[in-house]
Amino acid sequence: MALPSHLTLEIVTPDRPLAVETVDEVEIPGAEGYLGVLPGHTPLLVALQVGALRYRKGDKETFLSVAFGFAEVTPDRVRILADTAERAEEIDIRRAEAAVERAREQLARAVDVDFERARLALLKSMARLQVASRARVRGSAGL
Amino acid sequence: MPSLIDLRRRIRAVKSTQQITKAMKTVAASRLRRAQDRIVGARPFAKLMGRVLNDLAERVDTAAHPLLAPPVAPDAPALVFVVTADKGLCGSFNANILRRAAGFVGDADRPVVMGLVGRKGRDFFVRRGFDVRFELVNIFNDLRYSHAQAVAHAAIEEYTGGAASRVDVIYNEFKSVIQQPVVVEQLLPIPRIDYADGDPEAGVTSEFLFEPAPGEIFRGLLPRHVETQIFRALLESAAAEHAARMTAMDAATRNADEMIDGLTLYMNKVRQATITRELIEVVSGAEAL
Repeated sequence: MALPSHLTLEIVTPDRPLAVETVDEVEIPGAEGYLGVLPGHTPLLVALQVGALRYRKGDKETFLSVAFGFAEVTPDRVRILADTAERAEEIDIRRAEAAVERAREQLARAVDVDFERARLALLKSMARLQVASRARVRGSAGL
Repeated sequence: MPSLIDLRRRIRAVKSTQQITKAMKTVAASRLRRAQDRIVGARPFAKLMGRVLNDLAERVDTAAHPLLAPPVAPDAPALVFVVTADKGLCGSFNANILRRAAGFVGDADRPVVMGLVGRKGRDFFVRRGFDVRFELVNIFNDLRYSHAQAVAHAAIEEYTGGAASRVDVIYNEFKSVIQQPVVVEQLLPIPRIDYADGDPEAGVTSEFLFEPAPGEIFRGLLPRHVETQIFRALLESAAAEHAARMTAMDAATRNADEMIDGLTLYMNKVRQATITRELIEVVSGAEAL
Protein backbone atom coordinates (compact mmCIF):
# COMPACT_ATOMS: atom_id res chain seq x y z
CA MET A 1 0.00 0.00 0.00
CA ALA A 2 1.36 3.37 -0.98
CA LEU A 3 1.99 5.87 1.74
CA PRO A 4 -0.61 8.63 1.90
CA SER A 5 0.83 12.05 1.08
CA HIS A 6 -1.35 14.07 3.45
CA LEU A 7 -3.10 13.81 6.76
CA THR A 8 -6.70 14.73 7.37
CA LEU A 9 -6.78 16.52 10.68
CA GLU A 10 -9.99 16.84 12.66
CA ILE A 11 -10.02 18.77 15.92
CA VAL A 12 -13.16 18.83 18.05
CA THR A 13 -14.09 19.73 21.62
CA PRO A 14 -17.40 19.00 23.35
CA ASP A 15 -18.46 22.61 22.63
CA ARG A 16 -17.50 23.04 19.00
CA PRO A 17 -15.55 21.69 16.09
CA LEU A 18 -12.30 23.63 15.61
CA ALA A 19 -10.79 22.38 12.41
CA VAL A 20 -11.07 19.93 9.56
CA GLU A 21 -8.03 20.34 7.37
CA THR A 22 -5.61 18.54 5.12
CA VAL A 23 -2.17 18.97 6.62
CA ASP A 24 1.39 17.74 6.18
CA GLU A 25 2.47 17.35 9.76
CA VAL A 26 0.99 17.40 13.26
CA GLU A 27 2.70 17.66 16.63
CA ILE A 28 0.63 16.34 19.52
CA PRO A 29 1.16 16.86 23.25
CA GLY A 30 0.81 13.21 24.31
CA ALA A 31 0.52 11.92 27.85
CA GLU A 32 4.09 10.64 27.67
CA GLY A 33 5.63 13.47 25.73
CA TYR A 34 5.24 15.37 22.49
CA LEU A 35 5.07 13.35 19.31
CA GLY A 36 5.25 14.35 15.69
CA VAL A 37 2.95 12.69 13.19
CA LEU A 38 3.66 12.48 9.47
CA PRO A 39 1.53 10.79 6.81
CA GLY A 40 1.79 7.02 7.03
CA HIS A 41 2.10 6.91 10.79
CA THR A 42 1.35 3.66 12.60
CA PRO A 43 -2.19 3.55 14.04
CA LEU A 44 -2.01 4.99 17.48
CA LEU A 45 -4.30 6.04 20.26
CA VAL A 46 -2.85 8.49 22.67
CA ALA A 47 -4.11 10.40 25.68
CA LEU A 48 -3.50 14.15 25.49
CA GLN A 49 -1.69 16.28 28.00
CA VAL A 50 -2.00 19.98 28.59
CA GLY A 51 0.12 21.62 25.96
CA ALA A 52 0.58 23.08 22.52
CA LEU A 53 -0.67 21.39 19.38
CA ARG A 54 1.04 22.41 16.18
CA TYR A 55 0.21 21.55 12.62
CA ARG A 56 1.83 22.43 9.34
CA LYS A 57 0.31 22.80 5.93
CA GLY A 58 2.94 23.67 3.35
CA ASP A 59 4.89 26.53 4.95
CA LYS A 60 2.02 27.62 7.13
CA GLU A 61 2.12 26.59 10.77
CA THR A 62 -0.82 26.81 13.14
CA PHE A 63 -0.78 26.57 16.90
CA LEU A 64 -3.50 25.61 19.36
CA SER A 65 -3.51 25.11 23.08
CA VAL A 66 -5.21 21.87 24.10
CA ALA A 67 -5.93 20.21 27.42
CA PHE A 68 -6.79 16.54 27.98
CA GLY A 69 -8.74 14.24 25.78
CA PHE A 70 -7.54 11.79 23.15
CA ALA A 71 -5.97 11.63 19.74
CA GLU A 72 -6.48 8.84 17.26
CA VAL A 73 -3.84 8.51 14.59
CA THR A 74 -4.17 6.35 11.47
CA PRO A 75 -1.90 6.47 8.40
CA ASP A 76 -3.93 9.18 6.69
CA ARG A 77 -5.88 10.75 9.52
CA VAL A 78 -5.53 12.43 12.89
CA ARG A 79 -8.54 12.92 15.11
CA ILE A 80 -8.14 15.13 18.14
CA LEU A 81 -10.84 14.89 20.79
CA ALA A 82 -9.81 17.50 23.32
CA ASP A 83 -11.58 18.61 26.48
CA THR A 84 -10.65 22.17 25.68
CA ALA A 85 -8.83 23.70 22.75
CA GLU A 86 -8.18 27.25 21.61
CA ARG A 87 -6.56 28.73 18.57
CA ALA A 88 -3.54 30.93 19.22
CA GLU A 89 -5.36 34.03 17.99
CA GLU A 90 -8.27 33.38 20.35
CA ILE A 91 -6.11 33.39 23.44
CA ASP A 92 -6.43 36.43 25.66
CA ILE A 93 -2.85 36.90 26.80
CA ARG A 94 -3.66 39.26 29.60
CA ARG A 95 -6.29 36.93 30.99
CA ALA A 96 -3.93 33.98 30.77
CA GLU A 97 -1.21 35.92 32.57
CA ALA A 98 -3.64 36.86 35.30
CA ALA A 99 -4.66 33.21 35.57
CA VAL A 100 -1.03 32.12 35.94
CA GLU A 101 -0.59 34.67 38.69
CA ARG A 102 -3.73 33.54 40.51
CA ALA A 103 -2.88 29.85 40.18
CA ARG A 104 0.61 30.45 41.58
CA GLU A 105 -0.88 32.24 44.54
CA GLN A 106 -3.33 29.44 45.19
CA LEU A 107 -0.59 26.84 44.84
CA ALA A 108 1.36 28.54 47.56
CA ARG A 109 -1.32 27.95 50.18
CA ALA A 110 -3.64 25.25 48.83
CA VAL A 111 -3.93 21.66 49.97
CA ASP A 112 -5.20 18.44 48.33
CA VAL A 113 -8.09 19.07 45.95
CA ASP A 114 -7.45 22.78 45.67
CA PHE A 115 -3.83 22.07 45.03
CA GLU A 116 -4.60 19.79 42.10
CA ARG A 117 -7.07 22.26 40.64
CA ALA A 118 -4.64 25.12 40.95
CA ARG A 119 -1.89 23.02 39.40
CA LEU A 120 -4.08 22.24 36.38
CA ALA A 121 -5.13 25.87 36.04
CA LEU A 122 -1.48 26.87 36.08
CA LEU A 123 -0.55 24.29 33.47
CA LYS A 124 -3.39 25.31 31.16
CA SER A 125 -2.67 29.01 31.43
CA MET A 126 1.01 28.47 30.80
CA ALA A 127 0.27 26.33 27.76
CA ARG A 128 -1.97 29.10 26.45
CA LEU A 129 0.73 31.71 26.92
CA GLN A 130 3.29 29.49 25.24
CA VAL A 131 1.01 28.91 22.26
CA ALA A 132 0.20 32.59 21.96
CA SER A 133 3.82 33.69 22.09
CA ARG A 134 5.08 31.02 19.69
CA ALA A 135 2.38 31.87 17.19
CA ARG A 136 3.26 35.53 17.41
CA VAL A 137 6.99 34.92 16.90
CA ARG A 138 6.29 32.84 13.77
CA GLY A 139 3.80 35.38 12.59
CA SER A 140 6.17 38.35 12.82
CA ALA A 141 9.08 36.35 11.37
CA GLY A 142 7.00 35.72 8.31
CA LEU A 143 6.47 39.44 7.61
CA MET B 1 -76.84 39.35 25.46
CA PRO B 2 -73.57 40.32 27.21
CA SER B 3 -73.11 43.99 27.84
CA LEU B 4 -70.65 46.11 25.92
CA ILE B 5 -68.57 46.64 29.01
CA ASP B 6 -68.20 42.89 29.55
CA LEU B 7 -67.11 42.40 25.95
CA ARG B 8 -64.56 45.20 26.13
CA ARG B 9 -63.20 43.69 29.31
CA ARG B 10 -62.82 40.30 27.66
CA ILE B 11 -61.07 41.77 24.65
CA ARG B 12 -58.67 43.58 26.93
CA ALA B 13 -57.96 40.36 28.83
CA VAL B 14 -57.23 38.43 25.65
CA LYS B 15 -54.98 41.24 24.45
CA SER B 16 -52.87 41.17 27.57
CA THR B 17 -52.57 37.40 27.35
CA GLN B 18 -51.49 37.81 23.78
CA GLN B 19 -48.78 40.22 24.84
CA ILE B 20 -47.40 37.58 27.16
CA THR B 21 -47.44 34.82 24.56
CA LYS B 22 -45.82 37.15 22.06
CA ALA B 23 -43.05 38.00 24.52
CA MET B 24 -42.54 34.33 25.34
CA LYS B 25 -42.27 33.53 21.66
CA THR B 26 -39.60 36.17 21.17
CA VAL B 27 -37.63 34.97 24.18
CA ALA B 28 -37.90 31.36 23.03
CA ALA B 29 -36.69 32.35 19.57
CA SER B 30 -33.55 34.02 20.86
CA ARG B 31 -32.82 31.18 23.30
CA LEU B 32 -33.39 28.71 20.50
CA ARG B 33 -30.75 30.40 18.40
CA ARG B 34 -28.21 30.01 21.19
CA ALA B 35 -29.23 26.43 21.95
CA GLN B 36 -29.07 25.58 18.28
CA ASP B 37 -25.52 26.89 18.00
CA ARG B 38 -24.52 24.77 20.96
CA ILE B 39 -26.01 21.54 19.69
CA VAL B 40 -24.58 22.06 16.22
CA GLY B 41 -21.19 22.64 17.85
CA ALA B 42 -21.46 19.56 20.04
CA ARG B 43 -22.56 17.05 17.43
CA PRO B 44 -19.19 16.60 15.68
CA PHE B 45 -17.48 15.67 18.94
CA ALA B 46 -20.10 13.07 19.81
CA LYS B 47 -19.93 11.63 16.32
CA LEU B 48 -16.15 11.48 16.21
CA MET B 49 -16.13 9.91 19.64
CA GLY B 50 -18.43 7.18 18.37
CA ARG B 51 -16.16 6.55 15.39
CA VAL B 52 -12.99 6.34 17.43
CA LEU B 53 -14.72 3.91 19.73
CA ASN B 54 -15.91 1.83 16.78
CA ASP B 55 -12.39 1.69 15.37
CA LEU B 56 -11.15 0.54 18.72
CA ALA B 57 -13.86 -2.00 19.38
CA GLU B 58 -12.76 -3.83 16.24
CA ARG B 59 -9.21 -4.12 17.43
CA VAL B 60 -9.48 -4.52 21.14
CA ASP B 61 -11.08 -7.19 23.27
CA THR B 62 -14.34 -5.49 24.17
CA ALA B 63 -14.94 -7.61 27.24
CA ALA B 64 -11.95 -5.85 28.73
CA HIS B 65 -14.01 -3.04 30.16
CA PRO B 66 -17.16 -3.21 32.31
CA LEU B 67 -18.94 -0.52 30.28
CA LEU B 68 -18.69 -2.62 27.11
CA ALA B 69 -19.26 -5.96 28.79
CA PRO B 70 -22.68 -7.51 29.49
CA PRO B 71 -24.20 -6.48 32.82
CA VAL B 72 -22.81 -7.76 36.10
CA ALA B 73 -26.33 -8.54 37.26
CA PRO B 74 -28.54 -9.59 34.30
CA ASP B 75 -31.62 -9.79 36.55
CA ALA B 76 -31.34 -6.22 37.78
CA PRO B 77 -33.94 -3.70 36.61
CA ALA B 78 -33.37 -1.49 33.59
CA LEU B 79 -32.55 2.13 34.27
CA VAL B 80 -34.00 4.74 31.98
CA PHE B 81 -33.13 8.41 31.94
CA VAL B 82 -35.99 10.63 30.83
CA VAL B 83 -35.04 14.12 29.75
CA THR B 84 -37.91 16.59 30.01
CA ALA B 85 -38.11 20.36 30.34
CA ASP B 86 -38.16 22.26 33.62
CA LYS B 87 -41.04 24.41 32.47
CA GLY B 88 -44.31 23.93 30.68
CA LEU B 89 -46.01 26.10 28.07
CA CYS B 90 -44.20 24.39 25.25
CA GLY B 91 -47.00 22.54 23.51
CA SER B 92 -46.89 18.77 23.58
CA PHE B 93 -43.14 18.66 24.27
CA ASN B 94 -43.36 17.20 27.76
CA ALA B 95 -46.53 15.20 27.12
CA ASN B 96 -44.93 13.44 24.16
CA ILE B 97 -41.86 12.37 26.04
CA LEU B 98 -43.78 11.30 29.13
CA ARG B 99 -46.15 9.22 27.03
CA ARG B 100 -43.20 7.56 25.29
CA ALA B 101 -41.44 6.95 28.59
CA ALA B 102 -44.56 5.42 30.11
CA GLY B 103 -44.84 3.22 27.02
CA PHE B 104 -41.22 2.17 27.43
CA VAL B 105 -41.86 1.15 31.02
CA GLY B 106 -44.96 -0.80 29.96
CA ASP B 107 -43.17 -2.64 27.13
CA ALA B 108 -40.02 -3.46 29.05
CA ASP B 109 -39.23 -7.12 29.71
CA ARG B 110 -38.02 -6.31 33.20
CA PRO B 111 -38.78 -3.82 35.94
CA VAL B 112 -37.72 -0.28 35.16
CA VAL B 113 -36.26 2.29 37.51
CA MET B 114 -36.03 5.95 36.61
CA GLY B 115 -33.38 8.58 36.26
CA LEU B 116 -35.05 11.92 35.73
CA VAL B 117 -33.68 15.10 34.26
CA GLY B 118 -36.01 18.10 34.21
CA ARG B 119 -38.72 19.15 36.62
CA LYS B 120 -41.71 18.06 34.53
CA GLY B 121 -40.56 14.45 34.29
CA ARG B 122 -39.57 14.37 37.92
CA ASP B 123 -42.98 15.59 39.05
CA PHE B 124 -44.77 13.14 36.76
CA PHE B 125 -42.94 10.00 37.84
CA VAL B 126 -42.47 10.86 41.48
CA ARG B 127 -46.20 11.53 41.81
CA ARG B 128 -46.91 8.11 40.34
CA GLY B 129 -44.63 6.43 42.82
CA PHE B 130 -41.92 5.15 40.50
CA ASP B 131 -38.59 4.00 41.84
CA VAL B 132 -36.44 7.05 41.14
CA ARG B 133 -32.71 6.47 41.36
CA PHE B 134 -31.51 9.82 40.17
CA GLU B 135 -32.95 13.28 39.61
CA LEU B 136 -31.61 16.53 38.34
CA VAL B 137 -33.81 19.59 37.91
CA ASN B 138 -33.39 23.25 37.08
CA ILE B 139 -30.43 22.82 34.78
CA PHE B 140 -31.70 24.03 31.45
CA ASN B 141 -31.24 27.71 32.16
CA ASP B 142 -27.52 27.21 32.34
CA LEU B 143 -26.64 23.83 30.91
CA ARG B 144 -23.05 22.74 31.46
CA TYR B 145 -20.88 19.74 30.73
CA SER B 146 -20.68 19.08 34.46
CA HIS B 147 -24.42 18.33 34.46
CA ALA B 148 -23.83 15.62 31.88
CA GLN B 149 -20.96 14.33 34.01
CA ALA B 150 -23.27 14.03 37.01
CA VAL B 151 -25.78 12.01 34.98
CA ALA B 152 -23.07 9.85 33.43
CA HIS B 153 -21.54 9.19 36.83
CA ALA B 154 -24.89 7.98 38.17
CA ALA B 155 -25.46 5.79 35.11
CA ILE B 156 -22.04 4.18 35.32
CA GLU B 157 -22.33 3.65 39.05
CA GLU B 158 -25.70 1.86 38.74
CA TYR B 159 -24.53 -0.29 35.85
CA THR B 160 -21.14 -1.37 37.12
CA GLY B 161 -22.47 -1.74 40.66
CA GLY B 162 -25.02 -4.31 39.47
CA ALA B 163 -28.06 -2.16 40.32
CA ALA B 164 -29.09 -1.90 36.66
CA SER B 165 -28.83 -4.38 33.82
CA ARG B 166 -28.96 -1.75 31.10
CA VAL B 167 -29.27 1.99 30.80
CA ASP B 168 -31.29 3.88 28.20
CA VAL B 169 -31.99 7.53 27.67
CA ILE B 170 -35.19 9.04 26.24
CA TYR B 171 -35.10 12.59 24.95
CA ASN B 172 -36.44 14.94 22.29
CA GLU B 173 -34.08 15.25 19.39
CA PHE B 174 -33.78 18.62 17.72
CA LYS B 175 -34.32 17.88 14.03
CA SER B 176 -35.72 21.25 13.06
CA VAL B 177 -37.88 24.01 14.48
CA ILE B 178 -41.04 22.10 13.65
CA GLN B 179 -39.73 18.58 14.14
CA GLN B 180 -38.58 17.22 17.49
CA PRO B 181 -39.03 13.45 17.45
CA VAL B 182 -38.70 11.51 20.69
CA VAL B 183 -35.78 9.09 20.55
CA VAL B 184 -34.75 6.20 22.77
CA GLU B 185 -31.05 5.38 22.89
CA GLN B 186 -29.18 2.63 24.62
CA LEU B 187 -26.44 4.06 26.78
CA LEU B 188 -24.98 1.05 28.58
CA PRO B 189 -23.58 -1.39 27.78
CA ILE B 190 -22.11 0.84 25.10
CA PRO B 191 -23.66 -0.31 21.81
CA ARG B 192 -21.83 -0.54 18.52
CA ILE B 193 -22.88 2.30 16.30
CA ASP B 194 -23.25 1.81 12.57
CA TYR B 195 -22.60 4.84 10.46
CA ALA B 196 -24.66 4.90 7.32
CA ASP B 197 -22.07 6.81 5.33
CA GLY B 198 -19.71 3.87 5.78
CA ASP B 199 -16.16 4.39 6.93
CA PRO B 200 -13.94 3.07 4.10
CA GLU B 201 -11.31 2.30 6.69
CA ALA B 202 -13.64 0.12 8.71
CA GLY B 203 -12.51 -3.16 7.20
CA VAL B 204 -8.84 -2.55 7.73
CA THR B 205 -7.53 -4.21 10.81
CA SER B 206 -4.10 -3.10 11.79
CA GLU B 207 -2.41 -3.08 15.13
CA PHE B 208 -3.02 -0.02 17.24
CA LEU B 209 -0.34 1.37 19.45
CA PHE B 210 -1.49 2.75 22.77
CA GLU B 211 0.04 5.41 24.88
CA PRO B 212 -0.46 4.88 27.76
CA ALA B 213 -1.59 1.22 27.97
CA PRO B 214 -4.95 0.18 26.39
CA GLY B 215 -6.60 -0.46 29.73
CA GLU B 216 -5.78 2.99 30.94
CA ILE B 217 -6.93 4.64 27.71
CA PHE B 218 -10.21 2.74 27.85
CA ARG B 219 -10.74 3.75 31.45
CA GLY B 220 -10.53 7.36 30.35
CA LEU B 221 -12.23 7.08 26.98
CA LEU B 222 -15.35 5.08 27.80
CA PRO B 223 -16.75 7.19 30.64
CA ARG B 224 -15.97 10.21 28.46
CA HIS B 225 -18.00 8.66 25.69
CA VAL B 226 -20.97 8.18 28.02
CA GLU B 227 -20.69 11.79 29.20
CA THR B 228 -20.54 13.02 25.62
CA GLN B 229 -23.66 11.10 24.61
CA ILE B 230 -25.56 12.46 27.59
CA PHE B 231 -24.32 15.98 27.01
CA ARG B 232 -25.52 15.75 23.44
CA ALA B 233 -28.91 14.42 24.56
CA LEU B 234 -29.28 17.31 27.03
CA LEU B 235 -28.36 19.89 24.42
CA GLU B 236 -30.73 18.30 21.89
CA SER B 237 -33.51 18.44 24.45
CA ALA B 238 -32.78 22.06 25.35
CA ALA B 239 -32.89 23.15 21.71
CA ALA B 240 -36.02 21.09 21.06
CA GLU B 241 -37.72 22.62 24.10
CA HIS B 242 -37.14 26.16 22.90
CA ALA B 243 -38.30 25.24 19.41
CA ALA B 244 -41.45 23.64 20.81
CA ARG B 245 -42.15 26.64 23.00
CA MET B 246 -41.64 29.02 20.13
CA THR B 247 -44.09 27.10 17.94
CA ALA B 248 -46.63 26.79 20.75
CA MET B 249 -46.45 30.46 21.64
CA ASP B 250 -46.72 31.45 18.00
CA ALA B 251 -49.90 29.39 17.71
CA ALA B 252 -51.23 30.92 20.94
CA THR B 253 -50.56 34.42 19.66
CA ARG B 254 -52.42 33.63 16.46
CA ASN B 255 -55.33 32.12 18.38
CA ALA B 256 -55.54 35.24 20.51
CA ASP B 257 -55.68 37.30 17.33
CA GLU B 258 -58.59 35.24 16.07
CA MET B 259 -60.36 35.55 19.39
CA ILE B 260 -59.94 39.29 19.44
CA ASP B 261 -61.31 39.55 15.88
CA GLY B 262 -64.33 37.43 16.78
CA LEU B 263 -65.01 39.34 19.98
CA THR B 264 -64.64 42.71 18.27
CA LEU B 265 -67.11 41.70 15.58
CA TYR B 266 -69.56 40.48 18.19
CA MET B 267 -69.13 43.63 20.22
CA ASN B 268 -69.89 45.81 17.18
CA LYS B 269 -73.00 43.79 16.48
CA VAL B 270 -74.16 44.19 20.04
CA ARG B 271 -73.50 47.91 19.87
CA GLN B 272 -75.45 48.20 16.61
CA ALA B 273 -78.33 46.25 18.05
CA THR B 274 -78.46 48.48 21.08
CA ILE B 275 -78.46 51.64 18.97
CA THR B 276 -81.18 50.24 16.70
CA ARG B 277 -83.31 49.28 19.65
CA GLU B 278 -82.96 52.68 21.23
CA LEU B 279 -83.89 54.38 17.93
CA ILE B 280 -87.00 52.23 17.61
CA GLU B 281 -87.93 53.12 21.14
CA VAL B 282 -87.52 56.83 20.45
CA VAL B 283 -89.43 56.68 17.16
CA SER B 284 -92.31 54.62 18.52
CA GLY B 285 -92.41 56.86 21.57
CA ALA B 286 -92.75 59.91 19.27
CA GLU B 287 -95.45 58.18 17.19
CA ALA B 288 -97.49 57.42 20.28
CA LEU B 289 -97.70 61.09 21.04
